[in-house]
Amino acid sequence: MRPPVVLFGSVGLAGCSGIQSPLAPGGHEADALFSLFTLMMIVCGAIYLLVMAGLGWSLWRVYRRRVTARVGTADDRVLERGVGVAAAVIVVGLTVLIVGSFLADRALFAARGQDAMVVRVTGHQWWWRIQYRDPVTGRWIETANELHLPAGRTARLVLSAADVIHSFWVPNVAGKLDMIPGRRNLLDVTPHREGWFRGQCAEFCGAQHAHMAFDVKVESPAAFDAWLAGQARQAAAAKDPLSVRGAAIFGGPCAACHVVRGNPTGGRAGPDLTHFASRRSIAAGTLSMTRGNIQGWIAQPQASKPGTSMPAVPLPPADANAVAHYLATLR
Amino acid sequence: MRTDPLRLEQLTRTWSDAPGLWGFLTTVDHKRIAARYIVTALLLMFLAGMLALDMRWQLSTAENTRMGPQLFNESFSLHGSTMLFLVSVPVMEAMALWLVPLMLGTRNMAFPRLGAFSFWLYLGGVLTLWVGHALDVTPDLGWFEYPPLSGPAYSPGHRADIWAQMITFTEVAALAASVNVAVTILKMRPPGMTLARMPVFLWAMLIASLMTILSMPAIMLVTSMLIADRLVSTHFFSPAGGGDVLLFQHLFWFFGHPEVYIIFIPATGFVSQIVETFSRRKLFGHLVVVLAIMAIGTLAFGLWVHHMFAVGLPRLGNNFYTAASMAIALPAGLQIFCWIATMWSGRLWLATPMLWVIGFVATFVIGGLSGIMTASAALDLQLTDSYFIVAHFHYVLVGGAMFPLFGAFCYWYPKATGRLMSERWGRWAFGLIVGGFNLGFFPMHILGLLGMPRRVYTYPASMGWETLNQVATAGSVISVIGGLVFVANALWSFWRGAPAGADPWNGSTLEWAGLSPSPPYNLGYTPEVDSLTPLWTERSELRAFDGIAVDRREVLVTSVTNATPLYRQKSAAPSIWPLLSALAVTAMFIGSIFTPWAVAVGAIPIAVALTGWFWPQRDRVKTGPFRATA
Repeated sequence: MRPPVVLFGSVGLAGCSGIQSPLAPGGHEADALFSLFTLMMIVCGAIYLLVMAGLGWSLWRVYRRRVTARVGTADDRVLERGVGVAAAVIVVGLTVLIVGSFLADRALFAARGQDAMVVRVTGHQWWWRIQYRDPVTGRWIETANELHLPAGRTARLVLSAADVIHSFWVPNVAGKLDMIPGRRNLLDVTPHREGWFRGQCAEFCGAQHAHMAFDVKVESPAAFDAWLAGQARQAAAAKDPLSVRGAAIFGGPCAACHVVRGNPTGGRAGPDLTHFASRRSIAAGTLSMTRGNIQGWIAQPQASKPGTSMPAVPLPPADANAVAHYLATLR
Repeated sequence: MRTDPLRLEQLTRTWSDAPGLWGFLTTVDHKRIAARYIVTALLLMFLAGMLALDMRWQLSTAENTRMGPQLFNESFSLHGSTMLFLVSVPVMEAMALWLVPLMLGTRNMAFPRLGAFSFWLYLGGVLTLWVGHALDVTPDLGWFEYPPLSGPAYSPGHRADIWAQMITFTEVAALAASVNVAVTILKMRPPGMTLARMPVFLWAMLIASLMTILSMPAIMLVTSMLIADRLVSTHFFSPAGGGDVLLFQHLFWFFGHPEVYIIFIPATGFVSQIVETFSRRKLFGHLVVVLAIMAIGTLAFGLWVHHMFAVGLPRLGNNFYTAASMAIALPAGLQIFCWIATMWSGRLWLATPMLWVIGFVATFVIGGLSGIMTASAALDLQLTDSYFIVAHFHYVLVGGAMFPLFGAFCYWYPKATGRLMSERWGRWAFGLIVGGFNLGFFPMHILGLLGMPRRVYTYPASMGWETLNQVATAGSVISVIGGLVFVANALWSFWRGAPAGADPWNGSTLEWAGLSPSPPYNLGYTPEVDSLTPLWTERSELRAFDGIAVDRREVLVTSVTNATPLYRQKSAAPSIWPLLSALAVTAMFIGSIFTPWAVAVGAIPIAVALTGWFWPQRDRVKTGPFRATA
């Protein structure tokens, strides 16, 4: 199962977490593609060796034998046979690969006829809107930049884009699929390895294409259900005075774009922040979730993500502190 | 062929340009035009290479803030657009402009003024992009600018317009050059050079030119639609207005995929000629190689969708495109086996041009095989738009087309300049470029498999991509040093190289029959050909075909299939009108970035210039029947 990993691993995986790699599959779709990749490496490696052997042989003849014979027809008949055999090897190799590719492609769509949990993922410049169906009420539950999936269950991701073309790619789970304005693409994923993975936009989408990532957590179905129930809840009311002050300030400039369910705020242009502090990172994988980073992001979003639609909000330090404190309580 | 000094003197007078600046501006000599084309393209290759080095520097450390996103996005857009549209395609056409008449033993291209027009318009495209860059109006959305990102809503300003219009320039220039090359090859072959006796390079250029003629209209259409969307709100590509963003991708890649082969097929022509000469035997499998080129040229039009596997098109179709894309490995493989068989059975001479061919095979085959991997509709979902793809297309474009081009440069340099390049420095340049290239680009395969997407200006340190990026940067630096050695060698040899003589490599084809550097008239006589390797026959001299005027510009036109002499054709004299026409077209193209009225108003100067260009110039009373000569 792992020869290519060993092959590349000596240089590649050293020091790498492997949380965003097709070489460390953790889902049925990624498994099928990894097997196909292994087959490709074997066949293509053999063909490369064949060609290099031919090239090396011709060079070796120059150095060792000092071939001087002028070409005759007898010579060419040998060559014809040699070229014919090599071409036959190519045809066989290609046939194997085309069939292998076709079978892998079928495996990617094996779950298409079945029922699956629907998750809507919408690409924005430069973040991800993620919506789950509430199993109790049937309403959409919104979150952003962090995708949770139950292990062993198929999720059907409905991919679309709000502005320009993006591409949804979590290599450990499945191959990528574009998110195209005016269209809707379906991607079935069946992860089976629990843990944190990382996804990233794979279609150039403007200035901050590099900072359009998201975290993926594959967890047991029970843990997932608990998480989803938590996401369905409104944000807890602010308790301590600093949070109350922060919530009030948040209701001003921040609420133009962001929503915190439970707080009378309504903007939908930016990510839903209801359970903001429960996430692993800020601004689509740009910064890790720490109290300092929250405040830094509010104060100077253009410093860590130049070009982002989030404006720098000029708040007095005490107010910024209160907002950051409030956001850090949104678990 | 006999050399008659008086005749050659007369030919020189007839075919020379006016001296000085006027001659420079009016020349229709295919060699001068091609040299300008090649020098411009190489200069641009250097500039775009510097951009690449700058980007490699940026990526060599994680979370590097040396370049901001805007500068990085401009850099890769300018790098890609320059390399694809202003270097790779034009330099291959330029090689054809220079070499096709020499290899045919004729005096000029079929449409000499069209050649000049093509270069001036290409220069207009170069200046549009790079003067725009100097004025900070640099395209910043990559070398294919997908809408809606490139549409009016997300790209205000003129960056995307500059990109789209630069393409219009280069494609008109490319169409002009291709028509010229195709007609020259089909109608101006020397007597006896039937289609079956045509060297592989000419076949390659013929097929590449026909492919250009068939594929370029698609990109001109799509960039014009984009400009129309941006300028007059046509909504071809805006879903809200009833348009479709995928239409752009289909049309772009219907051109974009054949383009790769328009770059690669001429390279197979170079390789075939070099392998033949340096193996010192007739190319093995000439017919197979030619049929393989035709097969590649045909298949190339049936696989554009493999650039779009991730957009979510119907699966059955995708599998068809997978099969078609993989099938191209068969003709490409056959070509490689024929070259290896030629080397195997010949007496190999490992001069620098041949070294480049060996570097080409070793490198290009990796690119071909990674191409098979990305051709799989399924596996491509993990590979496309990652660094694996960056590695793949640099292996096929640099390994598959630029290495043969460098080999061709070394091979024909003595014919162009009359001097040999230094073999020693040539080997150094070869080693540094090929070694540095592989060191620089092989790790990118692995980076892609570790999840690094292309076109990111920075990445988090925790991803573990830093070491491989540093290796890639080191490799790029080494190959740039090799490139400088190559250029230094070419410049030094231009003034100090050993005199080459007519035929330093004992070549097989007609360009080696004449003097080096080629005089304005090319060969003293129109040769007659009776084999694939006319200079390798037992006869000591080529048979000549006489009857073409020496005191006025005249060329021989022959039949398409058998090259039977048909008639003598007047060849156009130097003229300023191609330059003026190109200027008028340039004004219209640039004006139409700003206002749609430019298309209407700008058409007037173009009409004037073309009228001047095509004004009938029949010899009237002087040679006509009305005045008897005494």
